[in-house]
Amino acid sequence: MSETRTGAQIMCEALIREGVEIMFGYPGGAIMPFYHALPEYPELKHVLVRHEQAAGHAAEGYARASGKVGVCVATSGPGATNLVTALADAMMDSVPIVAITGQVAAQFIGKDAFQETDVTGITQPITKHNYLVTEIDDLAAVFKEAFHIARTGRPGPVLIDVAKNAQQARTTPRWPESVSLPGYRPTYEGNRRQVREAIKLIGAAQKPLILAGRGVQLSGAFAELRELAERTGMPVITTLLGIGCFPEDHPLALGMPGMHGWVHNNRAIQECDLILNIGSRFDDRVTGKTSSFAPHAKIIHIDIDPSEIGKNIRADVPIVGDAQLVLRTMLEELPPRECTAWVRHIHAIRDEHLHRQQYHRPDTQMFMPHDVFATFTEIVNQRGAYRVCTDVGQHQMWAAQLIDWLHPHTQITSGGLGTMGFALPAAIGAQMAQPGETVWVIAGDGGFQMNMQELATVVQEGLPVKIAIINNGYLGMVRQWQELFHDRRYSATPMWSPDFIKVAEAYGIPGVRVTHQSQVADAINAAYDTPGPLLIEFQVEREVNVYPMVAPGASIGEMITESPMVEV
Amino acid sequence: MKHTLVALMQDHPGVLNRVASLFRRRGFNIESLTVGHTETSGVSRMTIVVDGSQTSVEQVIKQLYRLIEVLKVSDVTADPNVARELVLLKVHAPPSRRAELNSLADVFGAKIVDVAHDSLIFELSAGADKVESFIELVRPFGIREMVRTGRVAMVRGGGAHGAEAYVRAA
Ligand SMILES: Cc1ncc(C[n+]2csc(CCOP(=O)(O)OP(=O)(O)O)c2C)c(N)n1
Repeated sequence: MSETRTGAQIMCEALIREGVEIMFGYPGGAIMPFYHALPEYPELKHVLVRHEQAAGHAAEGYARASGKVGVCVATSGPGATNLVTALADAMMDSVPIVAITGQVAAQFIGKDAFQETDVTGITQPITKHNYLVTEIDDLAAVFKEAFHIARTGRPGPVLIDVAKNAQQARTTPRWPESVSLPGYRPTYEGNRRQVREAIKLIGAAQKPLILAGRGVQLSGAFAELRELAERTGMPVITTLLGIGCFPEDHPLALGMPGMHGWVHNNRAIQECDLILNIGSRFDDRVTGKTSSFAPHAKIIHIDIDPSEIGKNIRADVPIVGDAQLVLRTMLEELPPRECTAWVRHIHAIRDEHLHRQQYHRPDTQMFMPHDVFATFTEIVNQRGAYRVCTDVGQHQMWAAQLIDWLHPHTQITSGGLGTMGFALPAAIGAQMAQPGETVWVIAGDGGFQMNMQELATVVQEGLPVKIAIINNGYLGMVRQWQELFHDRRYSATPMWSPDFIKVAEAYGIPGVRVTHQSQVADAINAAYDTPGPLLIEFQVEREVNVYPMVAPGASIGEMITESPMVEV
Repeated sequence: MKHTLVALMQDHPGVLNRVASLFRRRGFNIESLTVGHTETSGVSRMTIVVDGSQTSVEQVIKQLYRLIEVLKVSDVTADPNVARELVLLKVHAPPSRRAELNSLADVFGAKIVDVAHDSLIFELSAGADKVESFIELVRPFGIREMVRTGRVAMVRGGGAHGAEAYVRAA
């Protein structure tokens, strides 16, 4: 095949070769040749967002819901800088996306040309890898490498900045058969000797725990995790990003640890003599003060990224590898055992704290956010396959705590970066990845307003996304910190919002307002019974806190429950 | 304690920047960093001196491996190695003091590479300690200008951390 192609055509064909079917983007001067070529490739669907940040989050939502690489596109300068937050978000949560940005023509680079920005420089710390392509002959190989890097090893975002001249030039493409990256060789198989060490520790422990994180989701080690737990009787704690990797209706499931984790989990961590960490990076939101974290525990740490091991918490047995493959190796030789007394002990703590961990319902008719989540989890779990994209704040923590997460990848949330404005665009991507499922957005009044322009994208694409806004009239989570740690000085947290129902209607989306708990079920059911998108505004009690809580910087052994502090 | 790391990497544009900015954002303290070509085309070699505890040095190495272009990193601190720094020193040297400076230079094996009417430029390549003492001894004469490279290091004997060996093994 010796037909010549423009660089832009090569970019499109490279995307097709990588199995890309959809991308989210926004055009502009430096990426126009690419957009010019795009209509020649009907197999590539392009979704026009209303802000490039949303293109990035939509690509993330798509990747998080499908397990494939998400793709976003932007022009140079402001288009590319608008992607920055989403790239950082994808980096923190190990989400495989490829971002394609236009760059000014090579002869203008370094001259402060119109819309020139050093995008590879800006994005270097927040991408797994990035490229500046100024020569058309490099395009085919760079695209192949970029996708390979994004999806293998510890997945992550890769950016390709393509100078306009490279998009416009013509050549006969030479498609590489394979990638050659001598410095990049992820380790997948766990070291057998280390795995045996781990098995020994598991056998010897009296009070062992499994801590399951995003690595379990990324490697798809669900069956292996379950078998491991059932064979050993070890209880399973799931981090925010591990939620769903172990069904929460399982008798060994304990839920979330850390800053807003359950008392029984944090206490179990403080008491346990072994933590088997599978693909969690010991985030500070999980560990609290590291010096007092799990003081009696030996640590087995499985991670595909060696630099995560020993970064925050020392490991007695480090195992570098893919969670699924490591667990498979472990299961080959792992003898059965039981932890009945230990699990009973944890359950006793759970029962003792249950009333405080739930919430205190005053006699008044206050409409609590908890009511929304309790009804929500009941209905959605009956209504079939669903995904919930949560935003960031109190509602995110309640959703993590109060929804019964039964399936992998049902929760899509910004864990590492905690990006407000994430949920709506992520839901657009998730809905396009899973057209047959009900995709929910759960957002606060604050975060929703950070990317609410994407309602237009929802409508333009005809997506049946269901949106729940938990409106408490505040930047709730920040107000909570102000209440607890800043003398109740509510500086810049009370928030006026537009009439969300009218906003929805302006976009042609029906809206329902809920002000009483008796209306919650109807509204959620209406969302299911209304074809297309629907927005529900839950006007909840304004000043409710998320409990339990560990104060920032404190040990997870000191938890604030309803009001008094308890030593756990 | 100071550690000497030897890192091999593909010499793509921007790789030095990637390494340097990784050190900055991860909060590691670099004492010195030198970079240059190796015996294998396309592969650069860095000698990096870091000040840090054993664990933080292990973290440095792991973080370096996260960079796609990094091929191999070894901590050669404990291996018998030859480590050198180069210094160029422009010293105030009126004719009356030249003899003294000359004999000092002789002792250290420093070369005079420029002679002007009241100054000399010395070149010395040696281990860090020796470079340090030479500078201190010359200082009273009046140092007008000094430039020093960072450390470069190579493990003694048959063991190789060379690019060639790495590429062959790959
Ligand atoms: C982009 C961004 N800016 C600021 C913050 C800090 N922040 C964390 S939670 C929060 C409040 C969120 O308020 P809202 O969206 O109303 O949700 P709520 O906590 O009330 O449920 C803020 C401002 C953030 N996480 N992300």
